[in-house]
Amino acid sequence: MKKGFGIKEVVAMGIGTALFVVLTNVQIPLVVVPNTALQPRMAILAFFSAIFGPIVGAVIGLLGHALGDAIFYGSVWWSWVFPEAVIGIAIGFFANRFAVREGGFTAKNIVMFNIVQIVANAIAWIGVAPLLDILVYSEPANKVFAQGAFAFLGNILVIGILGTILLSVYSKISGRSSDLKTEE
Amino acid sequence: MSRMISYEKKDTVIHRLSGFTKLVFFILWCMTSALTFDTRMLIVMIVLGGIIYMVSGTRWEQVSGVFLAIMFFMVINLVCIFFFAPYQGCQIYNSRTDILHLFGNYTLTLEQLFYEFNVFIKYFTVIPSVFIFLVTTDPSELAASLNGIGVPYTISYSLEIALRYIPDIQDEFHKIKNAQEARGIEMSSKGRLTDRIKNTAIIIFPLLFSTMERIDVVSNAMELRGFGKKKQRTWYSRKPLRAADHLTIAFSILFFVVTMIITFYDGNRFYNPFI
Repeated sequence: MKKGFGIKEVVAMGIGTALFVVLTNVQIPLVVVPNTALQPRMAILAFFSAIFGPIVGAVIGLLGHALGDAIFYGSVWWSWVFPEAVIGIAIGFFANRFAVREGGFTAKNIVMFNIVQIVANAIAWIGVAPLLDILVYSEPANKVFAQGAFAFLGNILVIGILGTILLSVYSKISGRSSDLKTEE
Repeated sequence: MSRMISYEKKDTVIHRLSGFTKLVFFILWCMTSALTFDTRMLIVMIVLGGIIYMVSGTRWEQVSGVFLAIMFFMVINLVCIFFFAPYQGCQIYNSRTDILHLFGNYTLTLEQLFYEFNVFIKYFTVIPSVFIFLVTTDPSELAASLNGIGVPYTISYSLEIALRYIPDIQDEFHKIKNAQEARGIEMSSKGRLTDRIKNTAIIIFPLLFSTMERIDVVSNAMELRGFGKKKQRTWYSRKPLRAADHLTIAFSILFFVVTMIITFYDGNRFYNPFI
């Protein structure tokens, strides 16, 4: 299923989106800036992108964010939906290099994964999101850049810590030849 | 879950429309609301939204929890706009009418109030459309009608899977959370930041790994039933587009175009009563 777009990718897109939506409600608020919080769901987005590639990442980002916002908050903030896809595509682009399912997600790939995610987050939250906020919603520039900067910090933290741990543990388990799994 | 909006089967004019129609309306409506800052059109949209909400027969209890959450975020956002940019309104409307000097560099102006009023009513233009879309659209029917207008069925199917599995995964999340809390892991807002990140991870680990297993199970089941072997697929819940659907779509497009013309008629997207 490595090449092309198979059944597994279709299902991963659907169920990944569902998981992302459910975790919308799990947030660790940052005190200072309103409407931004540490979002564990970002680690899920990074996880699925790194395993299933850019298309799955983009769809989970777009659909997951829009649906999650709609279901839990009743309104969709479109200018923050698209940056989510940027992250999914950027991380997913390197999915084959990470070789997570083959058990190859070790030191070298962890470093690369984190460089990719920091660059992707910078483009998404310091570039795309505030720009769209200003263009689409005419929000004050300094407010949206402050929010963007905090989202950037929060997300590299979440993906860097939680995302890296999830991927490396999963890589260890799925790369093994036996069916034994570590206990939680 | 009380704080979640989901589909409810009913028989109203809006429930009878095809899912595709409602999606087109929803997206165009959101775009219209995002692009225009014309107060007159925003008020028209609120009135229309209110009427459609009434017709859809949505019960207030279904949406009240989410509604209160939106109000909470909205108030924070409005206050925040004022503190970050107390004169955004003056810049936009090119005039300044002081009402009240507050403190330091902060003066309340009429223009700022009017700008924030616009941001405020913008929330109310979008809210009914989101509620109606989620409450009246059957997920399977939406997937079927998306495929009907040419979206590849793999994509439609993954949308359907997403909508289908949200409640299941939600259940599982609560089970795992309760189990971990029974073991004495604190999930509420007490505790330090690092502890809370760690405790969140303790829930996400089992949830994610059981989700990966679920993906295997579901995709194997679909493969056994020959999913993806043929170019076409038939749908149990497909509804053909009818006259009412065509009318609704035509109206959405027309409304979008008219709003854009009225909004940008005077050169920018703001309606300026201060000239």
